[in-house]
Amino acid sequence: MASLTLKDLYKSYGNTEVLHGISGEIQDGEFVVIVGPSGCGKSTLLRMIAGLEIISAGEVYIGDRKVNDLEPADRDIAMVFQNYALYPHMSVRQNMAYGLKIRGISKKEINRRVEEAADILEIREYLDRKPRQLSGGQRQRVAMGRAIVREPEVFLFDEPLSNLDAKLRVQMRLEIRKLQQRLGVTAVYVTHDQVEAMTLGDRLMVLNAGYVEQFGTPLELYERPASLFVAGFIGSPAMNFLEAKGQPDGMLQLENGVVISGAKSEGPVTLGMRPEHLIEDTEGPIRIEVSVLEQLGANTLIHGTLEGTEREMVASLPGIHQLEPGRVLGFLIRPDELHQFDSKTGKRL
Amino acid sequence: MLKRVHFPPSILPYLLVAPQVAITLIFFIWPAAEALYQSFLIEDAFGLSTEFVWFENFDALFKDPQYTGAFLRTAFFSGAVAFLSLSLAIVLAGFADRVVRGATVYRTLLIWPYAIAPVLAGALWAFMFNPTLGIISYALEFINVDWNYKVNGRQAMALVIMAAAWKQVAYNFLFYLAAMQSIPKSVIEAAAIDGAGPIRRFWTIIFPLVSPTTFFLLVINAVYAFFDTFGIIDAVTQGGPANATTILVYKVYNDGFVGLDLGGSAAQSVILMALVIAMTVVQFRFIEKKVEY
Repeated sequence: MASLTLKDLYKSYGNTEVLHGISGEIQDGEFVVIVGPSGCGKSTLLRMIAGLEIISAGEVYIGDRKVNDLEPADRDIAMVFQNYALYPHMSVRQNMAYGLKIRGISKKEINRRVEEAADILEIREYLDRKPRQLSGGQRQRVAMGRAIVREPEVFLFDEPLSNLDAKLRVQMRLEIRKLQQRLGVTAVYVTHDQVEAMTLGDRLMVLNAGYVEQFGTPLELYERPASLFVAGFIGSPAMNFLEAKGQPDGMLQLENGVVISGAKSEGPVTLGMRPEHLIEDTEGPIRIEVSVLEQLGANTLIHGTLEGTEREMVASLPGIHQLEPGRVLGFLIRPDELHQFDSKTGKRL
Repeated sequence: MLKRVHFPPSILPYLLVAPQVAITLIFFIWPAAEALYQSFLIEDAFGLSTEFVWFENFDALFKDPQYTGAFLRTAFFSGAVAFLSLSLAIVLAGFADRVVRGATVYRTLLIWPYAIAPVLAGALWAFMFNPTLGIISYALEFINVDWNYKVNGRQAMALVIMAAAWKQVAYNFLFYLAAMQSIPKSVIEAAAIDGAGPIRRFWTIIFPLVSPTTFFLLVINAVYAFFDTFGIIDAVTQGGPANATTILVYKVYNDGFVGLDLGGSAAQSVILMALVIAMTVVQFRFIEKKVEY
């Protein structure tokens, strides 16, 4: 077990810089998810931690060892790949034993560890099969088994669930979390799926275009997104964004001229309102013209436009509602749930 | 349900395959049939009369120690050529797979030898190793190697093996490189994280995973060494010294066109034909199934 420290990491390919100074402290036993859209550099960052990519600048520490110049094998990490990367010509048992054998661990100890891991993952009956005889979920377990038996300092996961179907993904997600808690090992997990990120991580590092947008607990990200990007990325359905103008008298003027209170600065700002934070109120100043309803049973998603504008808005109301298109509803929002961002920089105000 | 498309009967498909059928008939089936017929004939020394003798030619061949000698020599020759060219190719492909900069140049250069005609390849090696003029013979003199493949049978054999293997390395290299590049990169990376160094990764992961290619190439190389090396041998040693490099295909030529024993030569070529058919069957039967791993 060990902590993991990233100090000002840069990565360039030729003249193209893809990571621009990533820093972060990951505590011993913590589960950190690196999340971001495709191409944001999250896999590259993970591969730099693993030692599969050269670090252009900056430092990576596992515990208090600087590992920049160590081979992947010497970093005491284990990695689970997106396509599982099992050795196709070896049985499940050989797959799991491979790394131990190389480390010269005794046969008895190898067998003990492999069987223990197989019991945890419930793959004991498949130990003598070849990977191609297993289903996707089973292969995923073998890949995790191969990581577990090594008893590494840090677990690295590179989108391990993205090849599984939706149902299995939810199930494996829970299992990975349980497993990590049970083993108490430090884990770094890369995904582009914000739900996966929110449910798995003790903390989330949101990456966008090679920069860290925010690094915090799931609830921090949800309640106080540091930037427009994080605000739009976390939460489903996504946050509503509206342009507004801060007035000298502390009021905010919306696009359709309606004025609400709570301005944090003068001049143009971008307002963020989560659909679930819009409270229906006949007197409410935020008036939405209904176009389409999505009935989800437990709640109803109301799609529409801000009255008098083309601005698309979504509100989520608990329970079942029947509304005809064209009707205008009024909504309120609590001031602490009204997010305000600098229109130019996208930073939270 | 798929609907079957029906075309009206037409002569066009027959016309389209006609050239290939014609080539096969004229250049393969006809000579093969001719050889088969010839192998049952004996001609007198002056070419004045021929006699139909059934299997007498074959009988004589198998009693001839020169022929059985050539058989063993061919087995050794093709085994050595296949082993040498396959092992060189797999090592080169292993490096090429890791090369990042200049990979295209490296690959192109490695593929060149394949484009050279066997006779020219043979001539190249004959020049380099020529006992009186050769640059390598000259170099060998400094380390006290008495090099003269024109009188030393073992040296002659070594030389034709090297020349034949060298020419085939390019072909094998291409196949190995393709096979290695089709191994998912993450499998190799997983092995690296598991602690395997490059050499260990090669033996425990890459080598077993390219084994279907190895098997395929083994058959191809054997066929190559059996037949396509004629040009090399003719250019370098003409089967000598004292038949030390006379492999089966060279003996067919030598007995038929130099020795003018047409019946015996035809019988040899029929045996070779049977061998190549057998190898083709092996290739189709087992390679289509792929090697189990």
